[in-house]
Amino acid sequence: MKATLFKIIGGILLLVLGMFLGRTFLSSSGESTVPMPSTMKYRNVGISGDTTQVAQAKAFTGQIIEVKNGGSIQEAVKTAKPGDLIRVFPGTYSENVYIDKDDISLQGVVIKGEWPTLNGKHEINDAFLYSGNGILIENFKIINYKGNGIMGQAGNNFIIRNNWIIDTGVYGIFPQFGKNGLIEHNVLSKIADAAIYVGMCDNIDVLHNEVFDSVAGIEIENSRHCLVENNYVHNNTGGLLAFITPGLPIKTAFNIIFRNNFVVNNNHENFGAPGSTVASIPPGTGILIMAADDVIVENNIITGNKNTGITIVDLATGDPKANDPNAEGNPDRVVILDNIMFDNGNDPTGEIKAIMLSQLDTKGPDIFAYGGGTGSTIRDKNRYRTFGLGDYGQPEIEDTKDIKTFMLNAPVPPRSVTDAELGEITYYGVCAGCHAYGTTLIGVDTQIIKEIYVDNPQGIVNYITKPLNLREDYPEMPPQDYLSDAAKMAVAEYILTMNH
Amino acid sequence: MGNKGIIIILSLTGLLVSSLLLFFFASDRSESYTDLALLNCHCPPGFKLIEDNKCMSKNLYQQYDSPNNQGVGGLQTGLPQIRDGFTPQEIDLGRYLFFDPVLSLDGSMSCATCHDPNKGFGDGLPTSIGKDHIKLDRAAPTLWNVGYLTRLFWDGRANSLEEQMEITLFSELEMANTPENLLRTLNNIDNYKRLFAEAYPERGKQEEIQLDEIFKALAAFQTSLVSLNSKYDQYAHGYHKALNDQEIEGMNVFRSFVARCAECHTPPLFTNQQFAVIGTPEPDGLPLDPGAEIPFNDKSMRGAFKVPTLRNIDLTAPYMHSGKFETMREAVEFYTQGRGHAVPKGEKLYIHWHIWEPQLSDYELDRLVDFLKTLSDESFLPKIPDALPSGLKATL
Repeated sequence: MKATLFKIIGGILLLVLGMFLGRTFLSSSGESTVPMPSTMKYRNVGISGDTTQVAQAKAFTGQIIEVKNGGSIQEAVKTAKPGDLIRVFPGTYSENVYIDKDDISLQGVVIKGEWPTLNGKHEINDAFLYSGNGILIENFKIINYKGNGIMGQAGNNFIIRNNWIIDTGVYGIFPQFGKNGLIEHNVLSKIADAAIYVGMCDNIDVLHNEVFDSVAGIEIENSRHCLVENNYVHNNTGGLLAFITPGLPIKTAFNIIFRNNFVVNNNHENFGAPGSTVASIPPGTGILIMAADDVIVENNIITGNKNTGITIVDLATGDPKANDPNAEGNPDRVVILDNIMFDNGNDPTGEIKAIMLSQLDTKGPDIFAYGGGTGSTIRDKNRYRTFGLGDYGQPEIEDTKDIKTFMLNAPVPPRSVTDAELGEITYYGVCAGCHAYGTTLIGVDTQIIKEIYVDNPQGIVNYITKPLNLREDYPEMPPQDYLSDAAKMAVAEYILTMNH
Repeated sequence: MGNKGIIIILSLTGLLVSSLLLFFFASDRSESYTDLALLNCHCPPGFKLIEDNKCMSKNLYQQYDSPNNQGVGGLQTGLPQIRDGFTPQEIDLGRYLFFDPVLSLDGSMSCATCHDPNKGFGDGLPTSIGKDHIKLDRAAPTLWNVGYLTRLFWDGRANSLEEQMEITLFSELEMANTPENLLRTLNNIDNYKRLFAEAYPERGKQEEIQLDEIFKALAAFQTSLVSLNSKYDQYAHGYHKALNDQEIEGMNVFRSFVARCAECHTPPLFTNQQFAVIGTPEPDGLPLDPGAEIPFNDKSMRGAFKVPTLRNIDLTAPYMHSGKFETMREAVEFYTQGRGHAVPKGEKLYIHWHIWEPQLSDYELDRLVDFLKTLSDESFLPKIPDALPSGLKATL
């Protein structure tokens, strides 16, 4: 009897132990993913040229910083150094994360379908705002922000991928002034302007994204060398856009490829903010090309867009409000290669409806061109219903298969200045406010400083970091500790080489 | 009292007399005859003297590139091209001219009257005061970093500093001079003849002063007014302790796409040098200023003004083209009060697309002001001349 009882209790204990061990080890296996510090990797290094797969370019030597639910991503960014990887575990993070450093990777860790979620509660402006080069942001769910999901300002070499972005205000993903970037495998919806907005950028690939329920799907604006490929773009007001907005400091848009995308049923009502450029896009616009040059539209499936499949207009027609004498407003050399198009234009609106009615046609066309522009071409024009393509000739190319990517083979290098140059710009750009060579301004004559510290640049570095007022007849020098260590040493060495 | 006492009294009296004499003589001398040092042969701060006696701009932003070389972007972005390459002597001569009221017809106004270095190179007025106390239509813009600008005046009607100053010098409402009178005046001042000869040594010493020499020297001085060492700049170059938490919050509001300030006031200059119709109200009683509509003869630019820099903005209240807002707080609040809310009835303006309804909170507006104050830097403030070649007193 006793033995049986022991057996039963023992069995139960074993079972409990087994469950405990099983849960512990098996569930922890979800967190034991090998971190991939992806900014450290680079496309096409060591890989054949026919893939956009990324490859390891240099070893990861940074620290891994983990952020768990209840923690702050921004605090992690503050402690991170260039090269570090910040891993964010599932949980809700209501914050604005700004990254003013280079080479920081932010990686969400999704566990059993639980995402690290940035929730702006419709109060916070932006989820991620970066100005550094080499920023990676992946695997985040971002919801309910007022401004942007992810916004970059003048950061090059970025990777934004695998993010799930819903209702983040004006833009979902918005790199501005960036060169050499990859935006891929993101899912975005309910964005009041463009879900993905590439603004004043160069060399950007936008691949394999799903964008829907937004005013504009993917917008390439005042940007050059952009490849938009394999995206699923549906139920937006307008699907794919390439255009020039006048009045911006960078005034051109050219060399843009729309290839292998699904551009389907983009018939959402326009809920863009009054006055915004996209607010004037008629619902049912599959692809809009306005004033951009050398845009190639190839192998897309463009169906069910009730206004037009493709609209090609000049600025005077498309955005007659703002004149910019420095922006050339005609779409030149547009190339339309093979595309699948049907069921477009079933319910045209506005000007296109009026124009088509004047042609005794109640439907909008597959392809609609209006206004200026020269040199545009189309392959197999007869297969589409078109308007305004009378002067479109035959393209010189049949396909763009030679172009795998517009990203660069190597990261855009930071502009490098030599130590001597750094010393010179620091001396004249900062020190010269108080010091001059051979004469006294506010501080001591640089020549005297040079003579005191012969062969001792570190002495100057020490002094400018923490000045001691040694001379009663001069004002106290404020510490120059804001200068980087490199700049301090460079300027010290520069001073020691000065002779006039 | 003995001999000692008498000696002390005598010597004190002597001292008094001689110092009085010195005082009167000295002040007399400065009015009738000014013994000036030669022009400065050093470049102003921010500039390096290179071999052919030219001053070349140097600053920490030269570590960075800028997208498409337009000089706009984010924190670590290069600046647009500055006008540099002037000689130290030209710059220094320009400094004397800048402060000298002899440039105006009646000798009452200098450039510094409206562009006062003690007021951020503005004048602290809603709109400037011209000749005979005429109230002008627009505010005097700051001259800090003016050497980077490609268009001058609020309405952008001048393409160079030379074009700009020609209009101002010879406007009947402003300095009211004429080219003939200006040349006659300066050529009758020996000091100026000597200084111009020194600044322009390639021509003969006895040659007459020319208009383009006056313009060039004034342009040279103005391009030397560089302000790039603010607390913000320290942050931008990587010293993140330069700004406190509230200032950083303000910076993030500033560059967010909700407030969108940084879209037009683009770093590092804090202007993208474009035109924008934002629809600010005029001060009471003034009609709508058509702005760039006039010089560009373009209806779509009605009410458009050149985006002004925000550097040293804390020093240049009141704000906007006609000084409607007395404080920065009022100025930033304008942007959240509704698109076109201040456009007069019956006016159709093409308000810029970045003007929308960002619904900024009071807290965010306060932080924006905190941030704007970090853009102040006068470390390269030029020296106001103690004496002027004309013998007149520098007018501020």
